[in-house]
Amino acid sequence: MGEASYREMWEKLDLDLSAHDALLEVLGKFYGDIYMSQQGRLQGMEYLDFVLSEVHGLRIKELQDAKAEGRKIVGTFCVFVPEELTLAAEAVHVGLCSGADAGTEQAEKLVPRNTCALIKSFIGFKLAKLCPYTESCDLIVGETTCDGKKKAYEAFAEHAPMYVMEVPQQKRDADRALFKAEVLRYKDEMEKLTGKTITAETLKKSIKTVNDRRRVLQRLSKLRSANPAPISGRDALLINQVGFYDDPIRFTGAINALCDQIEQRIAAGEGVAPANTPRLLLAGCPMAVPNWKLPYVVESAGAVIVGEESCIGERNTRDLVDESGETLDDMIDAIVDRYMRIDCACFTPNEERTDNVVSMAKAQHADGVIQYSLMFCQPYEHESIKVGKTLESEEIPALSISTDYSMEDVEQLKTRVEAFVEMLK
Amino acid sequence: MIAGIDIGSRSIELVCLEDGHITLTRRLPTTFDPRSQLLKLIDGLQLDAIAATGYGRTLASQVLSDSGERVVETLTEIKAYGLGVSALVPEARTVVDIGGQDTKAILLNEKGRVLKFEMNDRCAAGTGKFLEHVANVFQIAIDEFGQYALQGTEELTINSMCTVFAETEATSLMAQGHSPHNIALGLHASIVKRTVNMIQRVGMKAPLVFAGGVANNPCIVALLAKALGEQPVIPDNPDMVGAYGATLHSASQGI
Repeated sequence: MGEASYREMWEKLDLDLSAHDALLEVLGKFYGDIYMSQQGRLQGMEYLDFVLSEVHGLRIKELQDAKAEGRKIVGTFCVFVPEELTLAAEAVHVGLCSGADAGTEQAEKLVPRNTCALIKSFIGFKLAKLCPYTESCDLIVGETTCDGKKKAYEAFAEHAPMYVMEVPQQKRDADRALFKAEVLRYKDEMEKLTGKTITAETLKKSIKTVNDRRRVLQRLSKLRSANPAPISGRDALLINQVGFYDDPIRFTGAINALCDQIEQRIAAGEGVAPANTPRLLLAGCPMAVPNWKLPYVVESAGAVIVGEESCIGERNTRDLVDESGETLDDMIDAIVDRYMRIDCACFTPNEERTDNVVSMAKAQHADGVIQYSLMFCQPYEHESIKVGKTLESEEIPALSISTDYSMEDVEQLKTRVEAFVEMLK
Repeated sequence: MIAGIDIGSRSIELVCLEDGHITLTRRLPTTFDPRSQLLKLIDGLQLDAIAATGYGRTLASQVLSDSGERVVETLTEIKAYGLGVSALVPEARTVVDIGGQDTKAILLNEKGRVLKFEMNDRCAAGTGKFLEHVANVFQIAIDEFGQYALQGTEELTINSMCTVFAETEATSLMAQGHSPHNIALGLHASIVKRTVNMIQRVGMKAPLVFAGGVANNPCIVALLAKALGEQPVIPDNPDMVGAYGATLHSASQGI
């Protein structure tokens, strides 16, 4: 599949071709600097390099082929949207572009300037006609995990086919009932969109598919607790990011193969960095492709990231849906139970997240935690204070960073991160 | 001879150590050509090892390696100030450094190790750059600006945290007929307010050492003492502390 046919495809998707060319060029250079320059990478990462080089090419072609076969494409921004139901209705479930400064000026016409970079980015990608995923979607599913997003979806609905599901903010019985009603409403919406009926059989199969992907990411996470660290944090983040838009079955196979290589590396006592390298856990906001700024700064400062306590990381993989249910209703309950365990900062109270950060830092043998939040992301900025106090009482060194996708603070970030790494040495 | 270089946004300092004693210090403005300034600074010296700190540490490391000097390594200003201060004032537990573009508050343990730090992000509000900018507006030499502000009798409030907006606010106050001394005092107070906030965020423990170029400003020192309720310790040549810390780091790495 060549470049020419991609251009034709992008043109049909009504992308702004010259702006899109510029984006791919920047992305390619960024990827080269941040990923290809790493020493001692695992062979299995070639799969990820390939997938990423085809992020707007082959994968979009696959989505178009799926559409031609009558399948629907559902785009999401959040780990709260139950992918099991999307897949059971034979639709394709993909995460959407939102990790780069793109179309910011256009976005600021729809949302206030003091909105987090992630929200501005998904709107910017759409308005600047830069995201072939958004353009391929038959439905975009939003959720009410923060005020910024829920208001942004109102404005976004004028530009894209938008569906919003409600995520409760507490975890009492009434909230569980509300979320169950929302999951059932989503099931109906998927059936309406695809014209397919979700049966116990199709749902069972899709629960297994999504759980398998979670299982392989859990396997990866566990392997990263080894010392020396067998894989860089950048590569592990990339794996988690690609998991959001690659075909789940193919992805699971490729990452299992990669984990086999990692096991060999651990058995041989090898790592990407020497055993005495400071090990850090990243905790907080999600990092959508290509938001690699902080991991790059951290690993360039002589540390290695050994875990992501984030939606693009452990929060998305920690819990499985119980697979023992046989009836549709049992399975829906199992889905509700699993999703209501997510420790998103949108919940109040949310003690489980603090506990999870501490236990993850211990499990991954981290020497310190970097709390990452996007500027204007109220839930995570608030929690960084609370979690910071707990880490202090546990005598786990911590650094809080609040930033966005721009490069204006890179020098200051470097100083802060390097000073933190010096503290740990 | 072992050297430490602190390459900041405003000036570059060099401290040389022989047999554990400081034998030479030099200082030059950074300018827009730090590379040449750096080479000028080490001109004629026979150095066995150098460590570089400050925002230009990576540049310094490259330039010095290219010129054939043996560079031990780079370290951040935070570590450098921690090392420098704890050598000069062993009992120090908190360090505040107001530099050209960054302000830092650092908490040290009994052994002088960095326990915690805070640093401004992005904006140069409340830094040496801010003082330099407003001194320019007052058309007063930066070295005399502190004395000038001390002549103020009423501390006017400057609300804006942004350097440019603070200037606008000062201009408005002038237009309202306030005395320029009082306005200058207010501008100094606004820096101290931000600095005290940062010191409190790291959980200040006494004694506090005030280092960095702005520690030469008597008005900032007086206002800081008033706000904290105690006199900060100011080392001799406070602007050399970073370079001295780098020298100590270089020495600890061995030659």
